[in-house]
Amino acid sequence: MSLIVKARNIVYEYIRRDDDGNVEGIETALDQVDLDVKEGDFVAILGANGSGKSTLAKHINALLKPENGTLLVDGKDTLDDNETLAIRQTAGMVFQNPDNQIIASVVEEDVGFGPENIGIPTDEIWTRVEKSLRSVGMYHYRHHSPNRLSGGQKQRVAIAGVMAMKPKCIILDEPTAMLDPVGRQEVLSAVRELNEKNGITVILITHYMEETVHANRIFVMESGKVIMQGTPREIFSRVEELKEHHLTVPQVTELAWELKKAGLSLPDGILTKEELITALCQLSSTN
Amino acid sequence: MLKDVTLGQYYPAESVIHRLDPRVKLAGTLLYLISLFVFQGPLALVMATVFLILLITLSKVPFSYMVKGLRTIIIILIITAAMNLFFTTGTVIVQFGIFKLTYEGIQMAILMMIRLVYLILGTSLMTLTTTPNQLTDGLEKGLRGLGKLGVPVHEIAMMMSIALRFIPILTEETDKIMKAQKARGADFETGGLIKRAKAMIPLLVPLFVSAFRRANDLAMAMEARCYHGGEGRTKMKPLRYTATDRNAYLLLFAYFAAMILLTLFWTKVLGGGKLFF
Repeated sequence: MSLIVKARNIVYEYIRRDDDGNVEGIETALDQVDLDVKEGDFVAILGANGSGKSTLAKHINALLKPENGTLLVDGKDTLDDNETLAIRQTAGMVFQNPDNQIIASVVEEDVGFGPENIGIPTDEIWTRVEKSLRSVGMYHYRHHSPNRLSGGQKQRVAIAGVMAMKPKCIILDEPTAMLDPVGRQEVLSAVRELNEKNGITVILITHYMEETVHANRIFVMESGKVIMQGTPREIFSRVEELKEHHLTVPQVTELAWELKKAGLSLPDGILTKEELITALCQLSSTN
Repeated sequence: MLKDVTLGQYYPAESVIHRLDPRVKLAGTLLYLISLFVFQGPLALVMATVFLILLITLSKVPFSYMVKGLRTIIIILIITAAMNLFFTTGTVIVQFGIFKLTYEGIQMAILMMIRLVYLILGTSLMTLTTTPNQLTDGLEKGLRGLGKLGVPVHEIAMMMSIALRFIPILTEETDKIMKAQKARGADFETGGLIKRAKAMIPLLVPLFVSAFRRANDLAMAMEARCYHGGEGRTKMKPLRYTATDRNAYLLLFAYFAAMILLTLFWTKVLGGGKLFF
């Protein structure tokens, strides 16, 4: 399968200036980052605040451009200005705050905003809007004002807005950070469905460990570097290492790890409640 | 307090006026306003009244609802009337010091009151029957010609529709900040005008900061969704004239022609002056 995102040694620095415009300090947000994402993958990027994960997300959408290194999205170089629109169409982005990314005052008009921008004919816009609203289960709300929707519903509308541009890849930059548990669940299941049914590549940026257990691959970032990568099971087997980087693991994984430390012979990297229950039952039957 | 803001208020109903193309309504409103101030004589005034009543009836907006909108301009009405009453030169009826009550003044005051009331009714008929989005769409398409003169028509229309979308969000935010400040002992309700105005400063600063942050986020979200100005953009809901719209234009021109004829008839044939008695 082909690579949808291919980053090689990308570097990005934020330059802080004082009131007179003199350079006060340079913060390296991305430091020699390599990242490969295969088409159809569900990738999670984990990291604490300030680890550079949002900066990386904005690079994939060509909102920011690397100062060093190359970043290819679906084979197109993000440094090439002529490709910017094509890249944004291929790799759509959903942001953290649902209120600040909805443009129109009617749900269906907001979903139509992207297709309008790329010059899709009117009839085609309507079919796309209907299809993408149905794919996130928001078709029933098409005539509503976004102001009357819950946070989870607004984020699903934002996802539909990206889907209407027929992207290959969707980047979600902490989409659930401002939502309640119900809203988080809504958004995550909508995203998983898009990945499984429509084969959309998903890049989920988050600091909630629980949201990453369904990913194919996890990248862990700290101070602008990718410090760990692997499948969820591989990553969450390294509980001690994660703790050193001030990252927590899902509750179940932590419980299993503590039990193992206390002397039970459990396997490494238990991710879900069900797995833990099976493992514990096996243990009690062998005893 | 903030719930009373009625900018861009829309009265949902199923009527011919609601379904009209926004460009027709914009042009109609403009033409009506011109007709109110240009034409003279009681005949033209009767015509303007009949036309307005006809449109209000067609729009199915209750008359009482329309009159509510007049409350906000009562002060302006009174001031205009007073100015006209006492500062129009002509035959003096009574005089108090420098204030002269003239025959022409009374007529002028009545005429100006009627004009202002019709002006408000006419424009609110437009805003009550057109959603803000239709309005901005209508403006964008109707003023497209100005784009050739370097006026950023698309950008202005986009700004207007975004501003309308953010009114409720910022209203809610203001309420939140107000409550947060009240919880820490801020006092917005007592004291004179100046004291209350000063109390607003700690409210406005965080509100502005957050508005800028929102604007920044929104700009990024728009860019991420391929927004690059009006060029090469298609419309999900394009404006297209229907037969009804063409008939509405005809009716408008008929009205305007009738106004011209009635004014001519009044001034040339009946020899009437600017005023009606």
